[in-house]
Amino acid sequence: MSSNRPIVPSTLSVKDLPWQIIWDKDKCTLCGKCTAICPVNAIELGVFRKRTIETSMGLESAPSNDFKIYYGIRQKTDPAYSCVGCAMCNLVCPNDAIIPAKSDEADKLRFHINQGGQPQRRGGRRGVPGSLLDMIKFIRISMLTDPALDAGRHEFELTTLLGRILSPEENLSFLNENGWIPPVREIYPLMIGGMSFGALSPNMWEGLQLGVSYLNEELSMPVRICTGEGGCPPRLLRSRFLKYVILQIASGYFGWDEIIHALPDMKEDPCAIEIKYGQGAKPGDGGLLMWYKVNKLIAAIRGVPRGVNLLSPPTHQTQYSIEESVAKMIQSMSMAWGFRVPIYPKISATSTALAVLNNLTRNPYAAGLAIDGEDGGTGAAYNVSMNHMGHPIASNIRDAYLNLVKIGMQNEIPLIAGGGIGKNGNLAANAAALIMLGASCVQIGKYIMQAAAGCLGSETNRCNICNIGLCPKGITSQDPRLYRRLDVDEVAQRVVDVFLSFDTELKKIVAPLGRSTSLPIGMSDAIGINDYNAANRLDIKYVV
Amino acid sequence: MCRLFAITSDKPLSPMKAIEALDVMREGHDGSGVGLFLRDMGGPFENMKDAPIMSGVFSEKGLRLLDTFMMEIGFMTKYKLSIKTPKTPPHGTPKRDIYLIRAYEYPEEWDGLSRKELHERLLIIKLQLREMGEEKKDMIVFSFWPDTIMIKEIGSPMDVANYLKFDRSELKARIIMAQGRQNTNYEINLYACHPFFIQGFSTMTNGENTAFIPIREYLTSRGFHGYMGYQSDSEVFTHILHYISAKLGLGIEAYKHIITPLQNEDLKDHPSAFFLKQLKHSCRRLIIDGPNCVIGCLPNNTIFMAQDRKKLRPGVVGGNQGVFAFSSEICGLDAALPDRDKSKDFQPMHLDTAIVSPERQEVKICRQTDQLSLPL
Repeated sequence: MSSNRPIVPSTLSVKDLPWQIIWDKDKCTLCGKCTAICPVNAIELGVFRKRTIETSMGLESAPSNDFKIYYGIRQKTDPAYSCVGCAMCNLVCPNDAIIPAKSDEADKLRFHINQGGQPQRRGGRRGVPGSLLDMIKFIRISMLTDPALDAGRHEFELTTLLGRILSPEENLSFLNENGWIPPVREIYPLMIGGMSFGALSPNMWEGLQLGVSYLNEELSMPVRICTGEGGCPPRLLRSRFLKYVILQIASGYFGWDEIIHALPDMKEDPCAIEIKYGQGAKPGDGGLLMWYKVNKLIAAIRGVPRGVNLLSPPTHQTQYSIEESVAKMIQSMSMAWGFRVPIYPKISATSTALAVLNNLTRNPYAAGLAIDGEDGGTGAAYNVSMNHMGHPIASNIRDAYLNLVKIGMQNEIPLIAGGGIGKNGNLAANAAALIMLGASCVQIGKYIMQAAAGCLGSETNRCNICNIGLCPKGITSQDPRLYRRLDVDEVAQRVVDVFLSFDTELKKIVAPLGRSTSLPIGMSDAIGINDYNAANRLDIKYVV
Repeated sequence: MCRLFAITSDKPLSPMKAIEALDVMREGHDGSGVGLFLRDMGGPFENMKDAPIMSGVFSEKGLRLLDTFMMEIGFMTKYKLSIKTPKTPPHGTPKRDIYLIRAYEYPEEWDGLSRKELHERLLIIKLQLREMGEEKKDMIVFSFWPDTIMIKEIGSPMDVANYLKFDRSELKARIIMAQGRQNTNYEINLYACHPFFIQGFSTMTNGENTAFIPIREYLTSRGFHGYMGYQSDSEVFTHILHYISAKLGLGIEAYKHIITPLQNEDLKDHPSAFFLKQLKHSCRRLIIDGPNCVIGCLPNNTIFMAQDRKKLRPGVVGGNQGVFAFSSEICGLDAALPDRDKSKDFQPMHLDTAIVSPERQEVKICRQTDQLSLPL
């Protein structure tokens, strides 16, 4: 900064930013790859003046100045261009000459990302690294009377059910009287949660679908994937692979025109319909697809004009109250598919979740309840929603499960848990902990993006720019120049890797607990935690 | 691992038959307790098949409480079997005041009650007494049911049998189930001892039920007062049997389909596939995750043995027409029925339920892959 330039309140130094670019002049080849790849243009070619003072030994010649120019990398300090720490510069640098480093203190940028009165919006996840799920241990190891099982060689049946399951009494009487038996799907307990076509790039979406189809068709693992609120490509709607897909309907109804029109041509029923009322990352807020990402394809699938922000309202506008909304939507969706498809709502974890659940117990068509905790991810949201709104998943799922136990309906309404499962990489352990707390199934989003496509986002504010369509890995971008970086088949391969390794790890957890015949839903005696209050709250063992 | 022995015979037998069988299998139990279930009684109980028999352990004070309680309802003692014990109990067995076996005459007001109502009331009385005795531990009630006697005590089976004089002539039954305990807890609660009983159904088990907590939660949330207790994880086996039979109207052939349903691969081509799939879904929370060998008795005096899916527990059934026995080990069977046709011994595997009906003509093997005769 020149000495005569005015300082304004939002004038920041590099030190004030969350990430500082460390650049090594000696190693740099000035190839320019880093500035070309930087998704936010945080670095630019810098022209630096360098003065060297030459002094000779002795008195014969007077000291002189040598002025030189050299070229290098300059980090911008304008809040709009601040480095997001994605480290793509480091990835492309042939000489490892550049790397972003996390600031050693809290940045000052956070006080200035509201220029023009617009609060910070971003994608990604809650900026809190820790996870209570990671603290849960599996303590009931089978030792003598019930020997631990061989995870590698024993037979396991670890599928779960999605759909309204009748009570045994009702089931037998309905069988006898030819009554309506609600559709129930036997699925794998790890599901890929709703990430829309639009939030994700076409290559990412296709890679996930391909991986899921492979798992089903070649490996007989009944893995399911939810579309999120963005509709579904017409060809998939009319293919036999639709049975592996859960179609999501949310308050913007994006894509549903296409889906309804495809109904007569559907070869298979979808696995289920998820009615989204809320999500963990931005509870009480509608979906948001920012205009950057609404290109021709997305606009066509969603049935909207190009280049506009697509905001779903926080609630379904056509209904009067949540009770009616749930009841009517479940009813209409059931009718659309001839009562052959399970329909369940998804809500954000909340202290009022039990009210929703109680409502569902009285609705004989409700096929489950998905609850998305505060650690859920999103393509775009206000920073404040992401960081401060929402309810942790563990206690919400536990409360919901124990409430079902109280009224004896724990088998009838499957609970699906989402939000922060595997946020620190411990996917199987987190999933198993939630299952033992009472979840029938768990949903993942960020984990699959990280593991299957190399998403760079983190809880410590790295990257997280999914909202503006500039995803440097091409996962959440609609720009072909970016998403061509992602190879569809490679993503599919990684999806398969993730599920196979998860399966082995899940067995490595349940086998020592002596479980193999059924998924240990609600096996709360198997888990413990070394936090006394958390143990009491979750009604599990306190272990130190 | 506990040892189990059960015998069903046309002729009434002394419980010593079962105790002797347990004794040869003593390697497998630590002498920490014995439980006995007698049904289809001979001896003096032969002529009072309908009279409910109270079985339990009482203190002097508890007995007085019982008498007052029963008299108030209108029950009159019809017959009692007095067990006088020597002054010193065997090593490990606590000194008790009274081992009660007492047959009652129903109150007059109960005349004309339906069988179902009668059974409900008997259960309620048992539960009330159990609750009354809970605080001071002065009443422990094992069963209150017609034609059924249960005795449980801590100690080595043979010592307890001699101490309580099981070889007495009044004590004879056509069905005997006995368990020799291998203690897995420090403190032994008699309510945690096998066999367990509810409304005519009784089972005993060895092994551990790893899915105990979710099953307990499911049973207690059925809204039926009898599903309580659960001092032992094995009690759920009796209650599941009761639930599927008394509440769902399913036969013993369906029991294994509930506790260890067939895997999807086997279900695909099963003649009863649709029904079994439904059952597997709606009764999912009753799936046990063994390893367990379950031996049980139904109200109609059918006895059976079933293994869990892993089949990690031993179990054998054998005998001749008129007398069949179920045993954890073949040596137990040999001790009880040395003259049987050993070539017909059968060890039920992970799909089998071995059933001997009250006619005692044969061992019927019901395999899960067979068609299920539906109650519908």
